[in-house]
Amino acid sequence: MTKLPALLLLFAGAFATAQEITVAAAADMSAALPELVAAYTKKTGQRVKLSFGASGNLTNQIQNGAPFDIFFSADEQYPQQLISEGLGLKDTLYRYAIGRLVLWLPNDSPLDLSKLGIQALLDPSVKKISIANPATAPYGRAAEATLRHFGIYNQVSSRLVVGENISQAAQFVESGNAQAGLIALSHALAPAMKDKGRYWTVPLDAYPTLNQAAVMLSKSKEQDAARKFLEFLRSPDAASLLTSYGFSLPAEKH
Amino acid sequence: MNWEAFGLTVRLAAIVSTLLIAIGIPIAYWLTYSRWRWKFLVEAAVALPIVLPPTVLGFYVLVALGSRSPLGRWWESVTGHTLAFTFEGLVIGSLLYSLPFAVQPFATSFGAVDPSLLRASASLGHSPLQTFRRIVLPLSKAGLVTGFALSFAHTLGEFGVVLMVGGNIPGVTRTISIDIYDQVQTANYSSANHTALLLLIVSFLLLSIVYGLNRRPWVVGPWR
Repeated sequence: MTKLPALLLLFAGAFATAQEITVAAAADMSAALPELVAAYTKKTGQRVKLSFGASGNLTNQIQNGAPFDIFFSADEQYPQQLISEGLGLKDTLYRYAIGRLVLWLPNDSPLDLSKLGIQALLDPSVKKISIANPATAPYGRAAEATLRHFGIYNQVSSRLVVGENISQAAQFVESGNAQAGLIALSHALAPAMKDKGRYWTVPLDAYPTLNQAAVMLSKSKEQDAARKFLEFLRSPDAASLLTSYGFSLPAEKH
Repeated sequence: MNWEAFGLTVRLAAIVSTLLIAIGIPIAYWLTYSRWRWKFLVEAAVALPIVLPPTVLGFYVLVALGSRSPLGRWWESVTGHTLAFTFEGLVIGSLLYSLPFAVQPFATSFGAVDPSLLRASASLGHSPLQTFRRIVLPLSKAGLVTGFALSFAHTLGEFGVVLMVGGNIPGVTRTISIDIYDQVQTANYSSANHTALLLLIVSFLLLSIVYGLNRRPWVVGPWR
């Protein structure tokens, strides 16, 4: 029984940190968001827990009652859907950046990306091309749209391998298991991948714009803290960090 | 209901559990009869997939099969393609993943054969291999079927390893568990339910075979 007070203290400790907020975020933010949060925590002391996944998977989790405070989606449709279902608060919806898709090749690839562009995918040395799952990941849909835009979808479709989210698609090509990948620019610029390969930025007109949007969830129990974190997202500090990860900033704010 | 994924998964499980008969019997034989003092280390290694998270197995399989590993390069030079994201790659991952589910029932049933039968067989002039083939194997039939059925069922339900090394390619690496996962993530609950229910029934039938085979003909309770 002597252990009971110690246990109670442990529980008390758990309750003391109950004010931390939990953010569900699209996998393309997996490198940028931890840095954003570190800066925010340093400034305000507010702790933020992060959970990454494909935007569609996270939406499904939220619809099934996942206890998140804020949702960062890789496109605007998922937050809109949550708002229409009463699960997201419309006045908090914020388009914080535009995501960019890149064609990424590892260093050991002999192909000249600047000359070939998307046509690099047609080279016989490219046996597998990793993309994110189009059913759940906006980047996967962007990749499919890009391949159709350039009229090469049918030529490469048998060589596509599908990551569960855009991070896994990046990992497939980073590990050398796929020879090319259509991944997020934010991953290509992240420290883990920056020096391991090179990329070609897919032109914006090749796929529907990846409007990255954040929304606070109606069931959040930490609405004040969540709002403050969303405000921080509009600060110049946050903007410059997002830019350094290749996100372009939205032209109009609303 | 995704019949393509179902057929693919059944094919994977059938190939894996058949190969595990061939691979598992020699291992189980050695584990049963070897007197090597460090044998327990091999037993522990064989049992590892039971306790390891599939992510650990998936991670090492991905690294080992990748085009930057010697094994991956050798395979690529022989077949012209990498092992990851192929059906063969799934077979290799599943062999490791389901190994203990075959070897352990095999070894248990080999060990349960009455040693006096083995001595009688030897005294009648049979070599150890002949004794194994004519005495031990026939008496271990239930254990062999159990190992086959368990490794089959375990491969049917494989998820984590396939998620990590499969690449979700329809008809090649999209197994039934991945299909269910995709259906759930896209909120197609009725479709997920059909597939999940089928998998549940098939798994129940397989386990019923296992337990039915291994039941005692009669049970003596302590109250008698």
